[in-house]
Amino acid sequence: MNAILIILTGSLVAISCSLLGSYLILRKMAMVSDAISHAVLPGIVIAFMMAGGRDSLALLLGAGILGILTTFLIEFFHQKGKLQTDASIGVTFTWLFALGVILVSYYAGNAHIDQDCVLYGEIAYVPLDVIILDSGQSLGPKALIVMSVVLVLILLFIKVSYKELFITTFDPSFANAVGISATFWHYALMSLVSLTTVASFESVGAILVVALLITPPATAYLITERLKKMLIISSAFGVSSAVFGYLLAYTIDGSIAGAMATVAGIQFAIVFVIMKKVNKARTRSAVLSLESEPTS
Amino acid sequence: MIIQTENPALEIHDLTVSYDRKPVLWGIDLSVPYGSICGIIGPNGAGKSTLIKSVMGLIPLSSGYIKIFNQELDEIRLKVSYVPQRESVDWDFPASVLDIVMMGRYGKVGLFRNIRKADKEAAMNALEQVGMEKFYRRQISQLSGGQQQRVFLARALTQQADIYFMDEPFAGVDAATEKAIIQILRRLAGEGKTIVVVHHDLQSVSTYFNWIIMLNLRLVASGPTEKVFTQQLLEEAYGGKLTLLSEVGELMKKEQVPTRE
Repeated sequence: MNAILIILTGSLVAISCSLLGSYLILRKMAMVSDAISHAVLPGIVIAFMMAGGRDSLALLLGAGILGILTTFLIEFFHQKGKLQTDASIGVTFTWLFALGVILVSYYAGNAHIDQDCVLYGEIAYVPLDVIILDSGQSLGPKALIVMSVVLVLILLFIKVSYKELFITTFDPSFANAVGISATFWHYALMSLVSLTTVASFESVGAILVVALLITPPATAYLITERLKKMLIISSAFGVSSAVFGYLLAYTIDGSIAGAMATVAGIQFAIVFVIMKKVNKARTRSAVLSLESEPTS
Repeated sequence: MIIQTENPALEIHDLTVSYDRKPVLWGIDLSVPYGSICGIIGPNGAGKSTLIKSVMGLIPLSSGYIKIFNQELDEIRLKVSYVPQRESVDWDFPASVLDIVMMGRYGKVGLFRNIRKADKEAAMNALEQVGMEKFYRRQISQLSGGQQQRVFLARALTQQADIYFMDEPFAGVDAATEKAIIQILRRLAGEGKTIVVVHHDLQSVSTYFNWIIMLNLRLVASGPTEKVFTQQLLEEAYGGKLTLLSEVGELMKKEQVPTRE
């Protein structure tokens, strides 16, 4: 039963990350997710202190605000300071992350929060942390419920604003020209990325969430030629990373989240090699068919 | 030589645009009549694309105003069509030709609404006009430069606008595409639509355009082609003035002198 709960939670995280990650890599903003996942640390600590415990809603809020602040700062330094995007990302998140590290170490003595729990997460504990109603009835693991809500939000967001996301991702200036604000959709997407990153914390941790945000979409990108298919395929790769990652971790008795990210990486490598071969064969057959056609 | 027109389709008044405190367009004051095919010409870095982008509201203006059909852009956005430079997007994007052309309808469809059958038909119709209807399912990364430009033009056509702004639609396209595009532009102009095109090939200017905007950071000339497309004005636009003006621009950037006031 526990195994199923862990795999289910992992899959929900993986699907949420894969969907948003697809948009991130097409916007050439994959590393912004890395920045967000680190920069939310001070937000989590401050929310933790203010709420006086691991109140999920407070943590989500605190981290969400920091996530949006991060994207805003990255844009700000890039646009107003004429700093390159990568430098802007580097400056912003290391600084915020460092602030978080200081806060964690300062409060470490009297709080149930430490670097390990934030950075690495522990999906194996998911079934232990259940929500219990006043009547004494158990609702199920907290992480599972939180991730279900997040995934539903993401699915609704993509369903309702598919064309706005599509046009602002492909051609932001044309989007602006037809009256669809590229800036608005940028921040809307980034808010969801922050939310998802934070919600995934407790299960997979801040570092591995980046692997799930980027690797499955990158794998899907190699295969497909349509955005809709890319969203579906990357979700499938995400789920299979969760399932096979759990099996791998079970076999070698190691970190589950680590194994999930490893499987995602292996999937990418396999697809990369196969697609190289396929593309080579396609090019060869295209050349052959050109040669066999009579020249005009 | 700046010739103004009564009741213009496009009116730019006293426009100044700067990047990073460096002025890239100074005191532009011009008007373009209805139904004209207007070419914006000038040397590299003269601010041709900047002019179009400021008209489309993509760049903040330092001073001045722009009116299209005597209205602000926001009031008549649906009547205005825009073709950005081909290189401004990633053609490896996972999308089909039809997906891209359909974007021309997004402004009309409105927020949170789905694409309808009529939108698809409009997109297919536009693809037929540019001779690309057979390619509608093709992945956009498999298109040649000329085909990419036709797709962008088809996307603009589905907007069914009254005025078209195009940024270098003839850059890097094959001869057949160039001919197809100019035929479409002439037909649109014949229907009373106004077309403004950034162009860099001086040889085709007099056959393509009946109105010329000649730029070199400032406005050198604006008027009917036969009046302003002269040796003297061309020398003024492309000649030694360029170095002088850009030097002043660099100086202003260094000393941070405000453009106006």
